[in-house]
Amino acid sequence: MATPVRPTEKAGSAPRSGREPGRWAGLAARLRPRATFARHALLALVALVVVVLLLELTGPFRNSQFATMSYYAIAAAGLTVLTGLNGQISLGHGALMAVGAYTAGLLLPAGIPLLVVLVIAAGVTAVVGVIVGAAASRLKGPYLAGATLAFAVAVPGLAIHFDEALGGEQGLAVPSPRAPEWFADAVYFLSANETSSAKYLAYVGWTVAIVAFLLLANLAASRIGRIWRAVRDDEVAAELAGIRLSPVRVLAFTVSAACAGLAGGVLGVVVRLAAPTGFTIVLSISLLTAVVLGGLGSLFGAVLGSALLVFLPPAVTNLGASAGLSDVQSAQLAPFVYGAVLILVILLAPGGVVGTVRARWHARTTAPAEAPEERTGRS
Amino acid sequence: MTAPPADPAPGPGSPVAGSGGDDVLFAVDDVSVRFGGLVALDQVSLAVPPRGVHGVIGPNGAGKTTLFNVCCGFVRPDSGTLRWHGAAVRRLRPHQLAGMGIARTLQGVGLFRGLTVAENVMVGADRHRRAGFLSGLLALRRSDRDERALRERALAALGELGAAHHADQLPGSLPYPVQKRVALARALVAEPELLLLDEPASGLGGDEMDELGDLLRGLADRMAVVLVEHHMDLVMSVCDRITVLDFGKVVAEGPPDDVRDDPAVVAAYLGEEAHR
Repeated sequence: MATPVRPTEKAGSAPRSGREPGRWAGLAARLRPRATFARHALLALVALVVVVLLLELTGPFRNSQFATMSYYAIAAAGLTVLTGLNGQISLGHGALMAVGAYTAGLLLPAGIPLLVVLVIAAGVTAVVGVIVGAAASRLKGPYLAGATLAFAVAVPGLAIHFDEALGGEQGLAVPSPRAPEWFADAVYFLSANETSSAKYLAYVGWTVAIVAFLLLANLAASRIGRIWRAVRDDEVAAELAGIRLSPVRVLAFTVSAACAGLAGGVLGVVVRLAAPTGFTIVLSISLLTAVVLGGLGSLFGAVLGSALLVFLPPAVTNLGASAGLSDVQSAQLAPFVYGAVLILVILLAPGGVVGTVRARWHARTTAPAEAPEERTGRS
Repeated sequence: MTAPPADPAPGPGSPVAGSGGDDVLFAVDDVSVRFGGLVALDQVSLAVPPRGVHGVIGPNGAGKTTLFNVCCGFVRPDSGTLRWHGAAVRRLRPHQLAGMGIARTLQGVGLFRGLTVAENVMVGADRHRRAGFLSGLLALRRSDRDERALRERALAALGELGAAHHADQLPGSLPYPVQKRVALARALVAEPELLLLDEPASGLGGDEMDELGDLLRGLADRMAVVLVEHHMDLVMSVCDRITVLDFGKVVAEGPPDDVRDDPAVVAAYLGEEAHR
């Protein structure tokens, strides 16, 4: 779901802005619903159609890749709100995902419905996020990275320490819910396809993702998002405007943590396992790179970044194999290409994919400086 | 802060010429600030009436910005008190200022780089908000209405300063004087009773300085303006009263004409030159 979080194309900026937009911008503004919710709901609907098309036109293997991508996208969206909009870095989101996954692993066997479990997973992780966020709100830059890193390292250790309840190194098996009959019928009616387990999980993941993206886009477009960005850009000026910095930061961290928890819940169900090895620091760093690659602060960028995370390594490995490399060599190619892409993006397009495209677009649409006809309106 | 409006506080007779008057909006009483061994402010007093422009001048390092930082709660005074509408203000924190009705601009511009001009000003108007977290999360009509109201306020404030046509641009793309006007609009949109301006004329050319002077005179009919400024011409032509600081002490206070001829002021400014 393509919901850019940036200010320029934002809620309420179209009506009566007092300047004459270009022809296309004018047309777009007229076609666009005025209410923020209607606009975002429309995008969500489009996203849903795209998801259905992708999942119905691809096979079980791709479906399972899309299921994986769904939880990366949810977590990356939460992280892009935290890092891109509020300027807080977190290396602890992998651990927050673990909280969500273990919550799902503990609750699902009790027969609680999947959606309820996912909501609880988000809620529990949000509570953890309040605590971590309260500590984080006092720290900045590298210190914040260090503290969240410590959190990321500590949490998997907890699972090993409480091995009776949490399954130790082996982890916790998460029962994978079956597709309900109506769902299989609906899919058959739609595309005459059978419903594989991977397909059902991908649908669950992406439905959850679309709802999460809708809510995040709403927040980002509201005054909450504006205040997050204000605190990110200039603390002193924000304080002078009457903003209390700590609660604003804690709120951003909490919202972000809730997303990570939701993503963790989906991960548990898709992977069918919540184990310490699944939530190493590598996961946290992958999320951060996904967010940077896609474009900090952009929800659509989070989708692009998580797509790269899921589809790039196998694609590169295949490419290496067909170019005549040995298995080991082609497997090593993937991290190399990933790192190279990251370096190239930072060198050539520091705004990430979305940020760069948007900057180009912005430069094109606003390049001819408007005539200062309002200068006279002075008292 | 819900202070009763203008409870005329008699105020302990300040050391500076008769400023403890009956019509004081904001007062600084005998404030001292020490940074280690350095005395940044030494028993400084200031009384600001509800209308008019009050200038604070002095050579570099005289303590002007420290005084502003005390007024904003960035620096806690070692002794002395602040009074707002006659009531003593304790443990002032910067984020409380806006709610009290005090706005401050920063040296330089201090705009939010990643926010459009309109959004910058909307942040300043945030004390007028109504919508909370939930209506934002669910994009309720309430949130949209609130955003529209804030945006209209912002555009009105920008319009007053002749910058409304820049509303949807990023501040970094605008000339410096325009950025300064946007920063001023962000302070004004909160409808403050007291406006603290930290070097509003820095980086401005002659014409722009004249415009700023006219603007400040206009604002002085609606609110109290306190400015720290280096440009003497502007200060002398705009201010109703001037406080002169030197080495953290008030060396003179009064109307511009009196201050201009005060020997202590001449010594503070010219004395250094003469010694060389």
